[in-house]
Amino acid sequence: MTVQKENSMLKQKQMLADHFMELSQVRETGKKVVYTFVPGNLTELIYTFDMLPVYPEINALQSGMRKKSRDYIREAEDMGYSEDICSYVKCDVGMMVQGNIGPTGQQLPPPDLLLLSYTGCFVFMKWFENLKHLYPDAEIAMLHIPYQEGGRIEPDHIEYIKEQLRTEVIPKFEKVSGVKFNETKLGEKLDLSAKAEDLLIEIFDSAQNRPSPIDAYFGGVYYIGPIFTAFRGSPECVDYYEELASEVRFRVENKMGPITPDGVLQEENFRLVVEGPPNWTHFRGFWKLFYEMGAVFVGSTYTRVGGVYDDGFRHSSDDPLKSLAEYCLGCYTNRNLPQRIDLIERFITRYHADGFLVNSIKSCNSFSAGQLVMMRELEERLQIPVGFIETDLVDPRYYSYSNIKNRLDSFFQMLEQRQIMKRRMEAVA
Amino acid sequence: MKTYLGIDLGSTTSKAVLIDEKHNIIGRGITNTRSNYEVAAEIARMEAEFNSRFTILLRRMKESSSGEVDWNHLVALLEGRFHYLQFEERFAELKNAMLEQANHASNGVPAAEIVDIIRSACDDVEAAVKDKFFNNKVSSTSEFFRDLFSEPYMHAIQNRERDLFDHLVAIYDRCITPVENKLLEFNFIDLTEQALDFMPEELRSLRKEVAVHLAEVAAINLEPADFIGTGYGRQLLPFDQKHIKSEILCHAMGAHTYFPKTRTVLDIGGQDTKAIQVDEHGLVTSFQMNDRCAAGCGRYLGYISDEMSMSVGELGPLALKAEYESNICSTCTVFAGAELREYLNLGEKKENILAGLHKAIVQRAFGLLARSGGVRNEMTFTGGVARNPAVVKYVEQLVIQNYGDIKINLHADSIFMGALGAAIFSEAR
Repeated sequence: MTVQKENSMLKQKQMLADHFMELSQVRETGKKVVYTFVPGNLTELIYTFDMLPVYPEINALQSGMRKKSRDYIREAEDMGYSEDICSYVKCDVGMMVQGNIGPTGQQLPPPDLLLLSYTGCFVFMKWFENLKHLYPDAEIAMLHIPYQEGGRIEPDHIEYIKEQLRTEVIPKFEKVSGVKFNETKLGEKLDLSAKAEDLLIEIFDSAQNRPSPIDAYFGGVYYIGPIFTAFRGSPECVDYYEELASEVRFRVENKMGPITPDGVLQEENFRLVVEGPPNWTHFRGFWKLFYEMGAVFVGSTYTRVGGVYDDGFRHSSDDPLKSLAEYCLGCYTNRNLPQRIDLIERFITRYHADGFLVNSIKSCNSFSAGQLVMMRELEERLQIPVGFIETDLVDPRYYSYSNIKNRLDSFFQMLEQRQIMKRRMEAVA
Repeated sequence: MKTYLGIDLGSTTSKAVLIDEKHNIIGRGITNTRSNYEVAAEIARMEAEFNSRFTILLRRMKESSSGEVDWNHLVALLEGRFHYLQFEERFAELKNAMLEQANHASNGVPAAEIVDIIRSACDDVEAAVKDKFFNNKVSSTSEFFRDLFSEPYMHAIQNRERDLFDHLVAIYDRCITPVENKLLEFNFIDLTEQALDFMPEELRSLRKEVAVHLAEVAAINLEPADFIGTGYGRQLLPFDQKHIKSEILCHAMGAHTYFPKTRTVLDIGGQDTKAIQVDEHGLVTSFQMNDRCAAGCGRYLGYISDEMSMSVGELGPLALKAEYESNICSTCTVFAGAELREYLNLGEKKENILAGLHKAIVQRAFGLLARSGGVRNEMTFTGGVARNPAVVKYVEQLVIQNYGDIKINLHADSIFMGALGAAIFSEAR
């Protein structure tokens, strides 16, 4: 079993190593580099031009996991960045200033193009404005994505985005890469994306089983790695998800729980749905607070941060630019609050969750705004216990073990007490 | 007799409650939390046990007696004397320890003279405390050994020269903690018989009647069938995990027991403020608590009372005499202290400043209430701070302002709600 798990893990590790190796060799290969963000990213388009993507958020979270973020943040604060600014930004800027050494220890190449493909997080714009100061030679391409204020994608939205792709983004790509746009090539990649997306949904949906074979939050961040970063649209990405899906099927057949850093979860006591990104600086310790209580996440919104496939969207070669537009528009933080609440409600009911937890991130407005409204609405709609904790993405100063533990103790006891009550009522009936 | 014990180890006070099978409180015990949590918990438990015996004694006296005697009054007098005798034992320990410490001269005053001063001050203390206990002037929930001793002691030495005064205070400071952390054993029947000797002349004729029941009451086995510890210091109690429960759940259950229609609980304790939403079974559905600052908690009032050289119990009544509330920024305890000094400097009346400080506390609590989902139906106010009349006044005001005409429940046992909830959970296991 452990070997099976390791297969997909090892595969992902190798994919990342190859990618960073390729990035470190751009001086020799002449490949152009695009810095871009995860939500609603245009990875397939980037590869259509044979360019290589770099995701500053991913570098920041990796720095957090590798305990480097504190130094990088200090560096940025010394430069004048305020304590209240998104810790990803500060971590990233600090890393670049200190030599831009990536997660594998290799130096990352500077950007040839700064592609701002999602604008729902306003920090992204300021982030890239700052990067432009660091890399004055880089070209900039900006794709404005309208927020789903009305709770749905309007035809105008799609036309507006396609127009920007045609007149702003694609010409910039052609200019930087020297490669002519090839829509057929893009379409082929999008069809490969759809295959991986189908498999990812199968994996997410496996959480309907008891015990759930996956942890859709802590395990989930590994599962979304390839699809939301540099690999969507590639055959390797499809291979990875086939491997992962077969491991998950094996666990379902054998009624096995998810794999934690301490082995397979033996007893599933609580099934949770969580809103908000995880903390990266204490990732394992944070995870342990849950799995040592037998708590498993059966659904999470963070694993929809790149794009949402739950309501049927798949990339498609039918109308490639429309497909890209829909993907950008549909990403989780671009949805309005009622839509997000509906999505969470669907997770809670579809995956039979016992409780809903918010991990509110001190330095992330896109996620944190509206979370209290979500809690209240879901509590009232579903009569489900809700919990609230606060951490940060990569600033370790905001991870207070005792505060989190104290709140989680109460939260788990709320769930336990409810189970006791339910058993008693069933016994009486 | 089957009993259940709940212990609530708070940051300021440790409480114990003993209940019977029907969830009636039969005994309450409270003491100040000290560095040795085990001793604090044990003293609270012991006090709850003694209090239970007096409750049972009272019940029996009422049942067996003709009804002409005011047994409530008589048993209260007896219990006051009992507590005085308990005080005496610890007092003797402290006096000896202080006399042992007084073995070197200070500022030209020979050691022998310091010994005399301490002896004389201790005589004053003894007389003052005796008067308090014999005339029911002791607040059982806020005056503990340390408070009972220190106030008359400081009074007795206050006119000494500065150096000598400091020396005498230092002797007390060195001795009080070890004496307070000492677990003294008391024999209920011996102490009660001695207490009977101290009863007023006209009541001594009843001695025989009491003595008949006393032996029986002392022999009742009150060993709890089960117990649960809760509160801020719960993890430090010498209990295993199954005997520990979150204070969020315990306060909610305590409030539900007295007021079953409670849907929102506001608990303001020593260093935490909690806004808790509960369902019709007393189970928690969500909660919010402060985690970055203790402004708005009991400790804030403690800090203010130090700044104003008043006892905590005096603050609320004085604030009620205000003509208006001075505007206090409510975000930080230490800064509120600075604001307080500034207002005093400007000649503002203490009453008005105190009113402003109390309102500030309540406004902070209402911020948490709003975050937790507001006040939904009956709100029960628990915790030590619920005994402060000015806080209660502003809570009532703000509930009406923000949520309309919602019933607010207050109970004389508000400080014991957590311990009561713990006892109930231990019975229900």
